Amino acid sequence: MSKTKIKILLIDDEEEFASTLAERLELRGYETRTAVCGEDGLNLLAGETFDIAVLDLMMPGMSGLETLRSIKSSTPDMPVVLLTGHGSTKEGMEGMRLGAFDYLMKPLDIKDLTLKILSAVGASDGKENE
Amino acid sequence: MLKKYKIGIFLDRIYTSKKGSPEYYIVLRRMIIITMMILTTLPLAIMIMVNHFQYRSHLRNELLSPIITMANKTKHSFELLLEARLSTVRFIATAYTYEELKDAQNIKRILSVLKNEFGGFVDLGLIASNGILESYAGPYPLLGKNYTEQTSFQETQIKGKYVSNVFLGHRKFPHIVVAVQHLNDDGQTWILRATIDTDQFDTLIHSMGLESKSDAFLVDNQGVFQTNSKLYGDTLEKCPFDIPSNRFESHIFETEDPDGQKVLIASAGFSTANYTLVLVKPRSVVLQSWYALKTELFVVFVIGFALILLTIIQITNSLVRRLKESDEKREKVMDELQHSQKLSSIGRLAAGVAHEINNPLAIINEKAGLVNDLLDYSEAFTNQAKFRLLVSSILQSVDRCRTITHRLLGFAKRIDLKIEPMETNVVVKDVLGFLEREALYRKIDIRLKLYEELNTIDSDKGQIQQVLLNLLTNAFAAVEDGGVIRILTENFKVSGVKITVSDNGSGIPDDIIQHIFDPFFSTKKEKGTGLGLSISYGIIDKLGGTITVSSRVGQGSDFVITLPKTPEHSPEDEHEQNQD
Repeated sequence: MSKTKIKILLIDDEEEFASTLAERLELRGYETRTAVCGEDGLNLLAGETFDIAVLDLMMPGMSGLETLRSIKSSTPDMPVVLLTGHGSTKEGMEGMRLGAFDYLMKPLDIKDLTLKILSAVGASDGKENE
Repeated sequence: MLKKYKIGIFLDRIYTSKKGSPEYYIVLRRMIIITMMILTTLPLAIMIMVNHFQYRSHLRNELLSPIITMANKTKHSFELLLEARLSTVRFIATAYTYEELKDAQNIKRILSVLKNEFGGFVDLGLIASNGILESYAGPYPLLGKNYTEQTSFQETQIKGKYVSNVFLGHRKFPHIVVAVQHLNDDGQTWILRATIDTDQFDTLIHSMGLESKSDAFLVDNQGVFQTNSKLYGDTLEKCPFDIPSNRFESHIFETEDPDGQKVLIASAGFSTANYTLVLVKPRSVVLQSWYALKTELFVVFVIGFALILLTIIQITNSLVRRLKESDEKREKVMDELQHSQKLSSIGRLAAGVAHEINNPLAIINEKAGLVNDLLDYSEAFTNQAKFRLLVSSILQSVDRCRTITHRLLGFAKRIDLKIEPMETNVVVKDVLGFLEREALYRKIDIRLKLYEELNTIDSDKGQIQQVLLNLLTNAFAAVEDGGVIRILTENFKVSGVKITVSDNGSGIPDDIIQHIFDPFFSTKKEKGTGLGLSISYGIIDKLGGTITVSSRVGQGSDFVITLPKTPEHSPEDEHEQNQD
């Protein structure tokens, strides 16, 4: 487990944000793919498997919640951590109800994110092992 | 006219005086009182006037008919008296022959019998068809007098009988003459004439039993007194009243006597003679009962008027006071509405700005973070420490910006309410789902006691979630790892809901608890915005509910939220309940 890198799918419409965050995560030893919209993300998800998805809720076009629903129907076991741009707890809570693992508010603290990613992957692994 | 003019002034004042000024309510009060007074007392006055006239005409008839009856009765008595005298004379004329009556001894004897049996007879005379007095018994030397030119003779010749008007005899006593014509079997005509004094008339009038202010008398068709009048003159004087000389009919009319007193006059004309019986009564005596009724009517009106006036003033006072209160209330609500609308638009603007700023802020955050990371992973170079300092400064500033945007978003959020039916227990569970993981990490024991038959209320789900999240976040901050947080839901009053969030954390000192709902008051220093509880307070207040806190240092805090059935549903009542 620790030897294989955790593979993260990062979906965010702000490319600058997504690429920078991806770089920072890679510096910390994660493997990342970025998608700038929900469709892109789903396409990537169809091609390869990921350990976890980090999903922005506020996106133009296909919204974060729609993307979340699709992800949960195609790969229900993959944990999803939500990012939300504005302090709306409403979307966050809706996301939680749809099966997201946890949520973080932008701008985020990288330590919080990695903590959530680790616990999410750990939890899903635990589930798989049961 | 005066009233109209005054109302005009009031209207002007109402239009010119500003609503809400003390003047306005004074004028309004006066307007209402005057309008109501007119509307209520006018019908009352009209009713009383109508009653007045109806009663008057009715009572008049009731009161006047006895007078007419009395006049008619007395007239009848007079007629009977006269008829009796006429019959007596006629009987004598029939019983005795012309020759017997011509005998002076006989006629004197007859007169003396008449005087004894009937009374009132003064003299008796026999007049031949040529008008010469053939025989006479009585005190005057009239024998041989020619009556041809006299009315009494002429009228008797035509009508067969005659009753004269009263005249004063030689001894200044009032008398009347009665005369009958007799026709013999052999065609010879002669007239028997008797003079009678009028003492009997006075007796008859006296027998009417009139009260002191009333009077009764006879007048002839020339308006000359035929009997003495108690109040208006003696026999043969001119009567001061205009008596209708129509015979056979009775009249009643109102007039003024020579003293200016209002009197009622009933008159009844004789059929046998040119007399009219006149009954005079002062109006005040006749209409005494009417005056009493009139006074009663007036008293009723005055009392009614006073009662109406009092009631109207009372009602108007309370009406105007309530109007004033509701005006003030409405003004206050309008002010609040305006204020909240202003806040709402500011909020929307703030939310827009915050949202737009948040994304670039996230990018700056990540870029600076990356620089920091790179500094960590690269080898030492000159100014590395300085770079680190700069990046850390950038990150701190980003943090500050984040606080501001969150504050703005929080501010915006408490403005727009979306009211829908809400299952409070479901909302509590939603919020808990949000915090479950943290509770798990920190081994915090969350104990739920959700009332199963909790009222469904109309409220804003999202806002309540926000409030509960705020309270729970605070509770999480207050308790140690492994602490206990209790959430209790129950029905509040009839249709409301009460949510209690308790923790066994550090508790809140008294000096802080006073400011706990104040905006920008925070004990969390850098971490908090100091807006969480004040926003919560604002939201709950807006939803018509209350939020209160009680705490003991070292033992924990209880936050109690009550929510009404609907945000409009008597929030005041529930405020009062939970003020302390």
